[in-house]
Amino acid sequence: MRVLSPGDRIMVVAIYILLTLLGFVTFYPFWNSLVISFNSGLDTSLGGVTFWPRVWTLDNYRVVFEDKRLIHAFLVTVARTVVGTFTSILATAVLAYGMTKRELIGRKFYMIFFIVTLYFSGGLIPTYLLIRGLGLMNTFWVFIVPTLISVWNMIVFRTFFNGLPEGLQESAKIDGCGNWGTLFRIVLPLSGPVIATLSLFTAVFHWNEWFLPSIYISTEKLMPIQTLLRQILNSRVVTENLSSLDTAAQAALGRMQTITSKSLSMAIMMVATIPIVCVYPFLQKYFVKGVLIGSLKE
Amino acid sequence: MNSDDANEGSGGMKVHETAVNAATGPKKRQKSKVSVFFRQWDLQLMVIPGVVIVFIFAYIPMYGVLTAFKEYNLIQGFWNSPWVGFKHFEAFFNAPDFARVIRNTLVIALLKFFIGFPAPIILALMLNEVRHYFFKRVIQTVSYLPNFLSWVIVSGFVISMLSTDNGSVNIALQNLNLIDEPINFLSIPEYFWGILVATNVWKEIGFGSIVYLAAIAGVDPSLYEAAEMDGASKFQQMYLITIPTIMPVIVIFMILAIGNLLNAGFEDILLLGANPILREVSDVIDTYVYRTGIQQLRYSYATAVGLFKSVVNVMLLVFANYMARRSGTSLW
Repeated sequence: MRVLSPGDRIMVVAIYILLTLLGFVTFYPFWNSLVISFNSGLDTSLGGVTFWPRVWTLDNYRVVFEDKRLIHAFLVTVARTVVGTFTSILATAVLAYGMTKRELIGRKFYMIFFIVTLYFSGGLIPTYLLIRGLGLMNTFWVFIVPTLISVWNMIVFRTFFNGLPEGLQESAKIDGCGNWGTLFRIVLPLSGPVIATLSLFTAVFHWNEWFLPSIYISTEKLMPIQTLLRQILNSRVVTENLSSLDTAAQAALGRMQTITSKSLSMAIMMVATIPIVCVYPFLQKYFVKGVLIGSLKE
Repeated sequence: MNSDDANEGSGGMKVHETAVNAATGPKKRQKSKVSVFFRQWDLQLMVIPGVVIVFIFAYIPMYGVLTAFKEYNLIQGFWNSPWVGFKHFEAFFNAPDFARVIRNTLVIALLKFFIGFPAPIILALMLNEVRHYFFKRVIQTVSYLPNFLSWVIVSGFVISMLSTDNGSVNIALQNLNLIDEPINFLSIPEYFWGILVATNVWKEIGFGSIVYLAAIAGVDPSLYEAAEMDGASKFQQMYLITIPTIMPVIVIFMILAIGNLLNAGFEDILLLGANPILREVSDVIDTYVYRTGIQQLRYSYATAVGLFKSVVNVMLLVFANYMARRSGTSLW
């Protein structure tokens, strides 16, 4: 065993303390919100709820699950995540496989074409005007089509496909499999880990996206839960800063919807988050690997 | 079977032709290229739809950037709106908000860089020293959590922690007798930058440490053994072995960070800086573009501002890569 100098020993202890602190600081806000969500709304407004609910109640969740608007937003988000992730991963994998073939005419051109988009983009306004012009505003497809191809994911897929033994694809060819057949019957079944990783990232992206829907969607029928949540939390923030608003803003506030109690807000937040929180620890080894492959491309 | 023969046939022919006709000129090669193109239609079919989608959603907006040089008007549309040259850029540089927006963008971006960039590296170095497998795994898993949360959720947490009626931070400070009255942190401009940067670090540190941890794991253990025999302390080993060895990785990410310098943040600022009181310190280029473009409908103006930012970012990226290339590692 190593003999640690006193300086070393202090450093190791300090490290353990700091890491524990990090763990606590990271987890606490989540725990606190969970606690508040199980606490009665009236009691919460008295302040002081921290590590454990003071007045336990399931009422907040009851309200959440009975609120049609919230349920609907939740379903919209689930639909968008499932459809969006499936289509995007499929489309990007197909594209990536095509790009691995050296005999593809125009391959270099295509590659540059795609990579440029990683560094340059039109920006918020031109994209907004385009979406408007294409008639995608207030449609479900605005969630799916623009993000169908992810160049980043394509590169990860391509790297992975290139790493597969050549013999596999050759023997498939000998057996009479075309490119599409080889892709679907041999390559994709072997791509489990990559598909899992990229699907996770894509799903998280879809689940969490709130800003673009806030400018592309104005009807409640298509509003995803994060955007709705933002609206609800925003009205709370405005109320908390009431004193700092001028008279005009206060008058506007009077016309707004009823104020949501903190406990209820927390319950909604939990419902919007729990799915991801429960899933990600199990996929940890996948996304760790995915991050590494993605950065190795550099 | 048939298509297989055809593939073999054209492939063989292609090799032969390329060898023989290399000197003859491009004309004959061109003809076979086009026919190969059509012969591999199934392969092209894999790629072309993707190209089309990317073209529509990435390249057309790039072209749409030209809106910055026009006076865009919804009725006339993009093609018929008149050209106005650099009018919008001039307007931006002369706008009363200009100095404030630029200052905030730079300050926030630099703070995020000088604090947010080293943070994952330090975390990786610390995690590397941990021998308890279980502890390490738990801390890692927990630290990854904020990365998976949306900014709406994260800002919700922050607002909740810092609020005056139930915020844990205020409760803790009061219990420690550090303050008497709860502080409404999010309505005091002086605290905003600190809160913003701290929240960003909190969200990114775990995930950001993954790459560095992997790089550190790749350092040759015999180097450490040799250093130990020479009497180096752990700290010295970290400083003299670990960091220099992972320097190439650090440099690559640093170049990318510099190329992103004017991207001081958007969703986080929009959500945490929602209070108009904070506008003086929270307005950055991206929030300015959002306000003037989407909310005030000044499309051309906002596009011009966004374009300005992109151009500066590209210049920074090229500059950063140039500097890095002189020192050894670079992106290209």
